[in-house]
Amino acid sequence: MARKVLVLGEVRDGQLRNVSHEAISAAKTVAEGGEVVGVLLGDSVQPLAEELIKNGADKVVVVENEKLAHYTSDGYAQGLLAVIEEEQPQGLIIGHTSLGKDLSPKIASKLHSGLISDVTSIEVTGGNIVFTRPIYSGKAFEKKIVTDGLIFATIRPNNIAPIEKDESRTGEVSTLAVDIKDLRTIIKEVVRKATEGVDLSEAKVVVAGGRGVKSEEGFEPLKELANVLGGAVGASRGACDAEYCDYSLQIGQTGKVVTPDLYIACGISGAIQHLAGMSNSKVIVAINKDPEANIFNVADYGIVGDLFEVVPMLTEEFKKLKVNA
Amino acid sequence: MNIFVLMKRTFDTEEKISIAGGKINEDGAEFIINPYDEYAIEEAIQIRDSKGGEVTVVTVGNEEAEKQLRTALAMGADKAVLINIEDDLEDSDQYTTAKILAEYLSDKEPDLIIGGNVAIDGGSGQVGPRVAELLQIPYVTTITKLEIDGSEVTIVRDVEGDSEVIQTSLPLLVTAQQGLNEPRYPSLPGIMKAKKKPLDELELDDLDLEEDDVEAKTKTIEIFLPAEKEAGRVLEGDLSAQVKELVDLLHNEAKVV
Repeated sequence: MARKVLVLGEVRDGQLRNVSHEAISAAKTVAEGGEVVGVLLGDSVQPLAEELIKNGADKVVVVENEKLAHYTSDGYAQGLLAVIEEEQPQGLIIGHTSLGKDLSPKIASKLHSGLISDVTSIEVTGGNIVFTRPIYSGKAFEKKIVTDGLIFATIRPNNIAPIEKDESRTGEVSTLAVDIKDLRTIIKEVVRKATEGVDLSEAKVVVAGGRGVKSEEGFEPLKELANVLGGAVGASRGACDAEYCDYSLQIGQTGKVVTPDLYIACGISGAIQHLAGMSNSKVIVAINKDPEANIFNVADYGIVGDLFEVVPMLTEEFKKLKVNA
Repeated sequence: MNIFVLMKRTFDTEEKISIAGGKINEDGAEFIINPYDEYAIEEAIQIRDSKGGEVTVVTVGNEEAEKQLRTALAMGADKAVLINIEDDLEDSDQYTTAKILAEYLSDKEPDLIIGGNVAIDGGSGQVGPRVAELLQIPYVTTITKLEIDGSEVTIVRDVEGDSEVIQTSLPLLVTAQQGLNEPRYPSLPGIMKAKKKPLDELELDDLDLEEDDVEAKTKTIEIFLPAEKEAGRVLEGDLSAQVKELVDLLHNEAKVV
């Protein structure tokens, strides 16, 4: 059954996030040959409409309003609901990002619809759109279907392959004027302290430290390695509890769940609660002094040794690789 | 301040998960208060202690959740409410849970509702914002700091590692992120007192809800475990040779760098 499916394009620092391209790909599956409509909300986002089309959207609706310059749940809900009212879609896909997690339940509640969150794959089987998502932070998975109303899902970054970009694709770009009013939450200030630009949940490479890192300064060599690889730094609960780093870096069942291409665990023993947050990474490297550490049971490659020796050597080797590449 | 905490009983984080009869096997498993809800309970108690008022902890589940409600009372909450859906509902989803909680809260005139930002079992993070929307009050998710001055509220919110400072007002729903506070352990006198604190049990009938009103919009059709990961290769030789080999393997075999 062909459906019209809306995709919210998420903009950060003037750029579309990767997860929005992945969301278009997800929407194509849900649409089953129907139309995929990109939605852009913001104060000056029109120039990004072409980008959504080149990445697979059939058309794009742009809502520009100075009150949408920064995300608020009230403002974005008003903008998105106006587009939904106009387009009457049968499906809606949003990235399972900080913004998507905050906004989607409100939209679902307004529309009296279900919502399948944090989806990692989508397939069409027996006339149903089947969504797979991790439960117990990836210790298990469930397959879910929507039984009533709008097919609405948020997708986890880094899991659904985007459609190959086609520079020659064209599509209609329209604008919709929406009166954004009565915002009940006001952003006073944004303090940026995130790991030098690369977001942990979207990073292709994560270098994570555990208790074995021993101190706040101990994270420095890990940061250098992450920088060389264009990755982000993460941590185990042990390292966060010991105050070696901020809780925002914590990976695990309490904390973030990450699925990078490469996960380098340094001085992490591999408690079940930590494994829940990273064991679905594509390739796992473990560096630990203790050959019996549980982390070696999930690692693809392991080095038994002192991370303070191994990590700087790795950084140097990767630098050489980059130079030769 | 009339404060409500939304709580969920979950598997202990150290539990391994197995499947029996197409469902998650709960036999012999340890259950705990969802860790993010512990921050919510702690925050509610601290606010009550400084501003006065009452903390009521609410959960939707079955009678097994009484144990976690007693723990919340032992931490210092004043009242607990179990909305027991075991006999009424076979399937439920976040739409169901939010509808039930909002119906319960609709005549309670809450000033502040606090929940965890996500439950570590289902992991959807939907129920808090859904409840706020049904009650038509504002919400702020993943908060790490909360300051209340009269009806004015200043919040610091974690956004993928960055922080947003947000101004809003009561009544309000917030969801707790790690770092909000340090949840206390129940004290022995707290545990003794908790036994005498009120723990009410309600069913859908008591809320004037029919099964149809809360019928789930989504359905789980299968639960499975991820493929067991085989232990990989632990490299050998002197350290610098191992490092060179590792970089080579990641580049040429795994092709991830």
